[in-house]
Amino acid sequence: MENTATKYTFKDYQSDQEVRWCPGCDDYVILRSIQKALPETGVKKENVVFISGIGCSSRFPYYMDTYGMHSIHGRAAAIATGAKLANPELSVWVASGDGDSMAIGGNHFIHVLRRNVDINYILFNNEIYGLTKGQFSPTSLLGQKTKTSPYGNTQPPFNPGELAIGSRARFFARLGGNVPKEMTQVFIEAEKFKGTSLVEILQNCVIFNDGCYTKYTDKAVKDEMQIHLEHGKPMIFGKERNKGLVLNGLKLEVVTLGENGITEADLLVHDAHEPDITLHAMLVRLEYPLATGVIRSVEEPTFGERERELVNRVTESSRFKSVDDLFFSGETYEVK
Amino acid sequence: MITDSKNNTTPKDSVVVENVVIRFVGDSGDGMQLTGTQFSDTSAMFGNDIATFPNYPSEIRAPQGSLYGVSGFQVQIGSLDITTPGDSVDLLVAMNPAGLKTNLSALKPGQMLIVDTDSFTKKNLEKAHYDSNPLEDGSLDNYKVIEVAMTSLTKEALKDMGLDNKSVIRSKNMFALGMVYFIYNRSMDHTIDFFQKKFKKKPTIVEANTKVLKAGYYFAETMEIIATTYQIAPATMDKGIYRMINGNTATAWGLLAASQNSGFELFLGSYPITPATDILHELSKHRYFGIKTFQAEDEIAGVTSSIGASFAGDLAVTTTSGPGLALKGEAIGLAMMIELPLVIVNVQRGGPSTGLPTKTEQSDLLQAMYGRNGESPVIVIAASTPSNSFDFAYEACKLALEHMTPVILLTDGYIANGSAPWKIKKAADMPPIGNQVVKEGTNHVPYKRDEKSLARNWAIPGTPNLEHRVGGLEKDKTTGNVSQEPLNHQFQTEIRAEKVRRVQDYIPEIHPEYQEAGDLLVVGWGGTYGSLNAAVNQMNQEGYKVGHLHFNYINPLPKNTLDQLKKFKKVIVCELNAGQMVQVLKNNYQEIDYLQYNKAQGLPFTTLELTEKFKQVL
Repeated sequence: MENTATKYTFKDYQSDQEVRWCPGCDDYVILRSIQKALPETGVKKENVVFISGIGCSSRFPYYMDTYGMHSIHGRAAAIATGAKLANPELSVWVASGDGDSMAIGGNHFIHVLRRNVDINYILFNNEIYGLTKGQFSPTSLLGQKTKTSPYGNTQPPFNPGELAIGSRARFFARLGGNVPKEMTQVFIEAEKFKGTSLVEILQNCVIFNDGCYTKYTDKAVKDEMQIHLEHGKPMIFGKERNKGLVLNGLKLEVVTLGENGITEADLLVHDAHEPDITLHAMLVRLEYPLATGVIRSVEEPTFGERERELVNRVTESSRFKSVDDLFFSGETYEVK
Repeated sequence: MITDSKNNTTPKDSVVVENVVIRFVGDSGDGMQLTGTQFSDTSAMFGNDIATFPNYPSEIRAPQGSLYGVSGFQVQIGSLDITTPGDSVDLLVAMNPAGLKTNLSALKPGQMLIVDTDSFTKKNLEKAHYDSNPLEDGSLDNYKVIEVAMTSLTKEALKDMGLDNKSVIRSKNMFALGMVYFIYNRSMDHTIDFFQKKFKKKPTIVEANTKVLKAGYYFAETMEIIATTYQIAPATMDKGIYRMINGNTATAWGLLAASQNSGFELFLGSYPITPATDILHELSKHRYFGIKTFQAEDEIAGVTSSIGASFAGDLAVTTTSGPGLALKGEAIGLAMMIELPLVIVNVQRGGPSTGLPTKTEQSDLLQAMYGRNGESPVIVIAASTPSNSFDFAYEACKLALEHMTPVILLTDGYIANGSAPWKIKKAADMPPIGNQVVKEGTNHVPYKRDEKSLARNWAIPGTPNLEHRVGGLEKDKTTGNVSQEPLNHQFQTEIRAEKVRRVQDYIPEIHPEYQEAGDLLVVGWGGTYGSLNAAVNQMNQEGYKVGHLHFNYINPLPKNTLDQLKKFKKVIVCELNAGQMVQVLKNNYQEIDYLQYNKAQGLPFTTLELTEKFKQVL
C-alpha cells in the first residue's frame, strides 16, 4: 500500500464536479481536510475508494477524484465491507450521516464495528435530516423542534460514541466541524489504524439545524467547553489550560489546577490504547467538557486478517487443488 | 454396468420391475432423511436412475408422534429414465401411526406397507387421531402389511453393547433400511462404509448401526414375511463418472466452476434462509479455493456486501429465498443502475410472507421480473433439475460478467433438496467466460458500451488513472456524471432495457420435446421439468400428440419462442403458482390463447393430475 514514487497533493483528489453543498456547510471543511490528509497517508490514489449512502454528506464520493460509489440509503457500511473483503489492498472510506448510519443503516453500522473491518468511517453528525429538509434524526435532542416534531422531539437520542463503543468500536474519534487542521491529522491517524476507524464530525447544518454545536465549537468558547484528548497526555482543558479531569468514585469530575491543592499530577492521563472500555465510555458521554480527539484506539486483528488467516490455514491442509478434485471426490460411480 | 453390487443375494422368487417408488415416513427425529438418502445413494451406485423428494416440516423437532411432525423421504428408482420421485408409492415404511395416517393415501392398493408395531401405542394412536388401531381394525386389508416390532428387535440386537436407550432407539431406522435393502436386493456395503467414515471417531456407533442394519436385512431374509423381492436393473445412462447431487450443492459447485474459469474470486454475501442456506453451507466448506463466504447481519447486507465486492472486482453472489429477495429489491436496483455483475440465487419456497418455508412453489417469478422500483430490467433464468442447477449457476455468472448486469437465478425447494444422478462435469467442459474489464487508459468513460451487447466498461478499483464514480442517481449517458436532463433519462431507460433484451442474441433457442408440432403444447419453466416431462411422455405413449416446451431463460425469452408456441393447436402453461409465467408470455406474445394449469399446495405436480388435465383440454 505504501507508495514512495508519487507524491500527491490535495488537488489530485479534487474531481471535476462542482461541489453543491449549501454555502457555509461544514461538509466543505471535511472534504478539504480529507483531500489534504490522503497525500500524507502513503496510499496509492487508485487504491482509494469512497462509499456513501444517501443524504447530504453522501454526495461526498462525487467530489473525490478516486474510485467511488454513491449507493442507497444506509448501506454504505455493508458495501464497504464487501469491497474491503474483495480487495484488502484498497483504502476504503465511508461517508455517512447520522440518519444514514444510525436510523436506516443502524444494523450495518453496529456490525461493521463489531467485525472490525479495516475501513475508515466518517460520520457526519448534524443531528437533523438535511436532504429531506429538516426532520429529526436519531441524534436530534429531546424537545428539538423539527418538521416532524413541531411540538418537540419525544425520541431520546443516540450518543454515537456510546453506541460505537457498545458495538466494540476499536477506534473512535470526535471533532468539531470547524477544525480543518485537527481533522486532517485525525483522518491520517484513522487511515493508519488497522480496523474500523470511526470519526464523528459535529457538523453544523446551516439551513435546518444552524448553531446546534455552537456552545461547544464556537471559537470563543471552544477551549473552555471542549477537552481535546491526546494519548499519553494529562486531561487538561480551558483557555488558561487550568482545568482538568479526575475520577471521583465512578464519575469524571472537573477540577481546577491550583484549587484545593490540585496539581497536574492529580489529573487523569489519556490512554487511548486501553482495551477496557470503562473510561472511554465515560469520556464519550461527558457533556462538560465535550471530549474531542482520538478517544479510543485499540488495535486487534481485523476481520479481513482473521478471514485470510482462516483461508491460509484451510488451504494448506486441503487436498483439493481445483474444483475438479472436489467434483470427483467422495462417492462417485462409473457407468460403463 | 453394475459396479458396486457385491454380496447381492438373489432369492428365487425375485421379480424384475422397471421402477419402484418407496417412501420412508416417521417422526422428524426418526432419521427418515438419512434413511432415504442412504437408499438413494446405494441405488445410484448400483446404476439406477433416481429422483428423490424429501418432505419435512419446518419445525426442527416437532412434538413426538404428532401429525404435523411427520418427516418423509420419497424416492423413485428405475432402469428407465426417471424424472420424478413418482406419484403413488409401491412401498411405504411407516415408523409411527402419525406417519401412516398422513401417508397411507399415497400407497397403491395391494402394495407393501412396513410398520413398526412397537410405536402403535395407545398414546401414539391418540396423537395421530386414530379412534382404533389400524393394525387391528381391518382398515389396512387392501395392503400387504408387514408388521415388525422394530424397536424391540433393535433393542435385542444391541442388548450387549451397553448403549443408552436413546441411542438404541435412534438406530431403528437402520433396521427398516436393512429390510428394504433385502426386499430390493441391494448391497449394504455402501451404508456400512458410510457409517465408518461418518463416525470415524466413534467405533461403537459404527458397530451399533451396522449391527442393526444387518439385523433388519437378515430378519427380512429369514422370517418368511416377505413373499417377493424385487430387482431393478441398472438404467441405460450415458457412460461416465456419476455422483448423486442435489440442486443446492449443484448450484454451489456451478458457482465454484464459474469462479475458476472466469479468473474472478468468488464472494458470497448471504443471510441464512430456508431452503437456500445449504448453498452458503456448501461454499463455507470450500474456503480453501480462496472463496469468501460472508454471513451478513441481514438479507440487505448480504446483497449490498456482494455489490461492494463486485465493485472491487470479485465475482459476487448472494443467495436467498422469497422473503429475502423482497428485502434485496432496492439493492438489486442499485446493481442494475450502476451496471455491475451480480448473481442473485433465489431458491423459491411457498409464499406469500413467511409462507411454507420447507415446501416448494414457483411464486417468485414476477417478483424476480418486476420486484424493484423504477424501470429496472435484469436477466432472469431458472434451473430445471437438481443437476442442471450446476449449469445454470454457471450460466448466471457468465451472463452477469459478460453483460455487466444483475442476473437472478431461480431454483426451488423441490430441485434444491431433491437429488438425482449427475454425470460429473469438469470445469474445462464448461464454456469460457469473458468480461468487460479495462486495465489502462486515460479519460476513462465508465459507461462506454460494447457496441453489440451494450455491456459497459468495467474499471476495477486499484487500476491507475481510471478512477471514477458510480451511483444510484441517473447519470449522463457518456460521462457518467449525475444528470437529470429529461431526454438523457429517456435514453438511459431505453438503453438499460435494450441491453437486457440483446441477451437474446447470446442464449440458445428453445425447442419442444416429444413433438415438433401437434395438438397440445405443455409449457413450463424451472423446477417442474421432471413432472411435466414424465406426464408428456405418458401422453405420447398413449398416442396423444403433445409437446413439452420448458423455459430456462425467462428474461429475455429465447428468440424463437413465438414460433414454437404457434406450432401447436393448444398451449397450456403449467406452474406451481397462480399463473405467473403465463403473464410473462402474455406480455410478450398476446396472439396466443393460453390455457393454464396451476397448483399451489406446496407440492410438486403428480403425473396423474397432469395427464388428467391434458386429456380434459384436448
